Amino acid sequence: MNVMYFAWVRERIGIPQEAVETDAATVSDLVAELVAREDRYAAAFADISALRVALDQELSDFDAPLAGVREVAFFPPMTGG
Amino acid sequence: MAVRVQEGAFDAGAELNGFVQGRTDVGAVVSFTGIVRDTAGNLLEMQIEHYPGMTQSAIEKIVQEAQHRWDLSDALVIHRYGALKPGAPIMMVATAAAHRAAAFEAADFLMDYLKSRAPFWKKEVTGAGADWVAAKEADENALNRW
Repeated sequence: MNVMYFAWVRERIGIPQEAVETDAATVSDLVAELVAREDRYAAAFADISALRVALDQELSDFDAPLAGVREVAFFPPMTGG
Repeated sequence: MAVRVQEGAFDAGAELNGFVQGRTDVGAVVSFTGIVRDTAGNLLEMQIEHYPGMTQSAIEKIVQEAQHRWDLSDALVIHRYGALKPGAPIMMVATAAAHRAAAFEAADFLMDYLKSRAPFWKKEVTGAGADWVAAKEADENALNRW
């Protein structure tokens, strides 16, 4: 699946998006896999209560299943308007 | 309904004048324009990042929700991204209805939801460095009004 990062999440991880091969069942499982990879992921996901997630461009939550999902995006709370 | 996500500037006055031109069923138009504010007097620019694959559809869903809740004749949302200078327009919302209550309330609703549910992130660049604007709890709580 394609995993995207925005705002300070993107800056901490250092890339805007990447292809990730995973069998993670839920968003939280995917986060745990990423955090285990490298410190920069651990830094970005240190406090997931400060993050939001979208699955295939729809806001979702960290308990959501990933079956069939093609695009996951992580970002801080939005500051539009 | 019109939703435009763009990098370039827009003319809020011209947009408003054209919004319901020629219609005779509209009795009230309400508009809001958001402008880059230099609070501390040292802002060089406001950088606005967005999620291109999601932004347009997320805003359209918010406008559809407003149309569902209020009897609107029309609605317009323009939101910019990119590097914006102090004093530049960031976004505008306009609502049209037969009566003013629906137009006022729908515009207020749209602003609350655009602030916290449209995928934009603001970064302030000043002479002292650059910082992401933190979301305010009050903005999130404002959604509970609706």
